[in-house]
Amino acid sequence: MAERDVVFKVLRYKQGETVPHYDTFTVKTDENTTALVALQAIRRDDDPSLTLRHSCHHGSCGTCGMRINGEEQLSCVVNVQELGTPTVVVEPLQNAPLVSDLVVDMAPFFDRYTQPEMPYVRQSEFMPEADVPDGIGHYTRYENCLECGLCVSACPVMGSDASYLGPAAMAAAWRVVAEPRGSDPEFALNWADNEHGCWRCHVAYECTEVCPSDVNPAEAIMSLRGELTKRKFRRVFGLGK
Amino acid sequence: MQEYRTTRDGVRGERPLQAWFDVRKRNLGSWAFAINRLTGMGLIVYLVLHLIVLSTLLQGEQGWDKFLEIARSPFFLAFDIVLIFGILFHGLNGIRVALIGMGIGAKNHRSLFWVLMFIGAVLLVVSAWKVFTI
Repeated sequence: MAERDVVFKVLRYKQGETVPHYDTFTVKTDENTTALVALQAIRRDDDPSLTLRHSCHHGSCGTCGMRINGEEQLSCVVNVQELGTPTVVVEPLQNAPLVSDLVVDMAPFFDRYTQPEMPYVRQSEFMPEADVPDGIGHYTRYENCLECGLCVSACPVMGSDASYLGPAAMAAAWRVVAEPRGSDPEFALNWADNEHGCWRCHVAYECTEVCPSDVNPAEAIMSLRGELTKRKFRRVFGLGK
Repeated sequence: MQEYRTTRDGVRGERPLQAWFDVRKRNLGSWAFAINRLTGMGLIVYLVLHLIVLSTLLQGEQGWDKFLEIARSPFFLAFDIVLIFGILFHGLNGIRVALIGMGIGAKNHRSLFWVLMFIGAVLLVVSAWKVFTI
């Protein structure tokens, strides 16, 4: 693909303004230009006041989540020319308070996400047969969730229930149930067992569709429901937990 | 437990209906979610209308016969098909949601949706034929 000018229509908002508006910028792109690189070019060449959040540039930190042409994506791994649209519309994530331009306040996300107290390191499950370098006991790996918030933005229930726990937090709760590693699965289950928790989900599966990291929050929420249903049945029939 | 902070966004406003019904760039699950809500609301409206219509019985046989005359018009019968669509979609999608919620078909939710919708489509065609021929 050759060099091509692409128009970016970017949502703009600064503290104190009553409503956001859109600004348009034209960016020269080539076959390697990602949406994040294009936005950085806008910030460098056209408008240094454009606010965005990013870190790693390779889809593992989860900080550059935004809506690109109406879809929640990590902007660092979206190839602009492959989008195939003459104009690229860039908006901040939904269902989180807007701070400035493309930056939203992630505090409500983390308020929920941290409550099940999911340990971040998984038990070793990475190539157990691999030779471990001297001085390293064993390989470990982190949980899949990048904490990017794409699932929360895409969830239709999140947009109509301000108290909903949300897909990422409930996926974390399920990880505690599936693999407690010192955390309390009973607490995680009870935490999700309410009308703003796993029972509020209406199976739209958008969280799983947009998740860039195979967390599969929808299935985790259904697993919470399944486990809670089993326990409730056992309680009703006096079979213990 | 700690109070949750609201995720409502004062600047962009509360748009719950947009969250439910804006299915642009969304996937099958969102379409099912949105249509489920539309048919649910439609069925509530129908229930109210149905009770109002039944109240014509209070006017005696003449009032009821007059209503039946209107109810047998092709235009009215077409509304029956819309009603049957609403019942079938809402009911069958409800079965899908309940099954997935119990862990049945969670990995194959799309296939489950299409199987149930196929059953629904067959039932809708049979019902439409019955409505217009009986």
